[in-house]
Amino acid sequence: MAELLRRMLRSPQGALGLLLVGLMLVLVIVGPWLAPYNPETFTPLQRYKPPSLQFWLGTDQYGRDILSRLLYGARATVLMAIIASALGTLAGALIGTTSAYLGGRSDEAIMRTIDAVMSIPSLLMALLIVTLLGKSSFNALLAIGIAFTPGMARVTRSVALTVRKQDYVSAAIARGEKARYIVWREMLPNVVAPIVVEMTIRVAFAVMLFATLSFLGLGAQPPAPEWGLMVSESRRFMHLSPWMILWPSLAIATVAIGFNLLGDGLRDALNPRT
Amino acid sequence: MSPAYVLKRIALIGYTLFVVSLIVFAITQILPADAAVMLLGENATADALAAVRVQLGLDAPVWLQYGRWLIGVLQGDFGVSMRTGQPVGPVLVEALGRSLLLALFAILLMLCLAVPLGIVAAIRRGKATDLGVSVTSYIGVSVPEFVSATLLILVLADWLQWLPATGYVPLTEDFARGLKHLVLPVLTVSIILIAHVSRMVRSELVDVLHTDYIRAARLKGLSARAVLFKHALRNALLPTITIVALDVGYLLGGVIVVEEIFALPGIGRQLIVAIQSRDLPSIQAGALIMASTYAIANFLADMTYAWLDKRIQYG
Repeated sequence: MAELLRRMLRSPQGALGLLLVGLMLVLVIVGPWLAPYNPETFTPLQRYKPPSLQFWLGTDQYGRDILSRLLYGARATVLMAIIASALGTLAGALIGTTSAYLGGRSDEAIMRTIDAVMSIPSLLMALLIVTLLGKSSFNALLAIGIAFTPGMARVTRSVALTVRKQDYVSAAIARGEKARYIVWREMLPNVVAPIVVEMTIRVAFAVMLFATLSFLGLGAQPPAPEWGLMVSESRRFMHLSPWMILWPSLAIATVAIGFNLLGDGLRDALNPRT
Repeated sequence: MSPAYVLKRIALIGYTLFVVSLIVFAITQILPADAAVMLLGENATADALAAVRVQLGLDAPVWLQYGRWLIGVLQGDFGVSMRTGQPVGPVLVEALGRSLLLALFAILLMLCLAVPLGIVAAIRRGKATDLGVSVTSYIGVSVPEFVSATLLILVLADWLQWLPATGYVPLTEDFARGLKHLVLPVLTVSIILIAHVSRMVRSELVDVLHTDYIRAARLKGLSARAVLFKHALRNALLPTITIVALDVGYLLGGVIVVEEIFALPGIGRQLIVAIQSRDLPSIQAGALIMASTYAIANFLADMTYAWLDKRIQYG
């Protein structure tokens, strides 16, 4: 673990990714305590204020402090994306490993079906599921998790198949180890790493997808301080006060960049060959 | 590429569309919307509702409804829109045409920019140019379409007044104005594609430049230009075809958002409208058409790949 961290810090992507994601996680935890104002209090006399000492990032159309909304919204946006990706990864890993374990015709059938499901673009899949379940943050989370499942299943299966063919697995079989030992002690530790990398990059995509659903009015609902929703609500006022739309946009992009960098850094650190 | 392989791939497209049709039908079946109530309004009498259900075939068992719908689709009949009362098929096919135009321009722009950018970054690996391309592409893949669209409208349409913000003019009606209306949507959709593909081209080319046959080409005294264009690019660009085909999925997702923002009457906007008004036949047909577009794009990419790369033997 320490070795992995050292390797990550050596590459610029890994170091920057760790920094950005670490910072973001701190904000997710302590954000609400750092916020100078209540994110949902209307202050009619302080509407459309540009950034100032009193309101560092300005105020929105209801006079709410944008910085406070961003700090509170970190949970609504980042945490949701992480949970959704974890959900999709778990479900996908289960399907992928099962498919690789079964092998033969069942494997073929499962993977062809997974390929078929993947021909529905993630956003469309999420849209359909949210339409089915009703619009809310939680349903958006479920929808993204489900939309990610086939992709993660495919990745897991291919990794599990390569691992099964490795010499150390054959050696374990030759030693006469039990199947459970081989799966848990030999295969799983080597399957987990590439999946974590893939999941990290997916979190970036989940942040964007979640914000997009909220933007289309199908994810978080007003007055939640979700970042995608903030962009969507401030679009009407962008001629008047561009910073209202700028800050949440920047926040979304920063988180996505952070997770993209972290994922690439992790991959490089776990594959010293390249 | 044996005929058996081509046939197998075509059969797989059929299977894909079958699975997609099942999913789409299942989702729209469980939708908590009663088509009869939507048609007649909340105050309709129970008798009237029952009559409409019989007329729409909603009283039949689910599998029979699915069978009827599937047979209709196979004959090109996607049903009648619950919102407008018009047949769904022709409307969606017309909308698909506009979306494909948008997608085509986006892919062209992407190829014109992403490939040269990736090549330059790979040749100048580790230099400032490489860093610049790589930083830009990180930003590019991390900005969702709705954000980049909004910022582009703000700068290019509102502040500079160079381009119209929203709307659509058919190219056949007024070519110049039609093109102007397409610039912002095309730019928006292609940003993520350009960022992603340029990174892929760079990493493929970096790998190829490290192979023995490139060293051999250099050692026999070929110029850097000849090595690059005659030997390296050929193999580095091949995988790009597959990546572009896989990116069609992102592209179609992006098209939905972009058409909604720029009020471009393509299939994505039709889908959003259908979803908002719970117009089941339109949702079913729209999703099915999108999935088939993706499946066919991947099929064509695989065929092109197999045809260009003679090393690959498909069984």
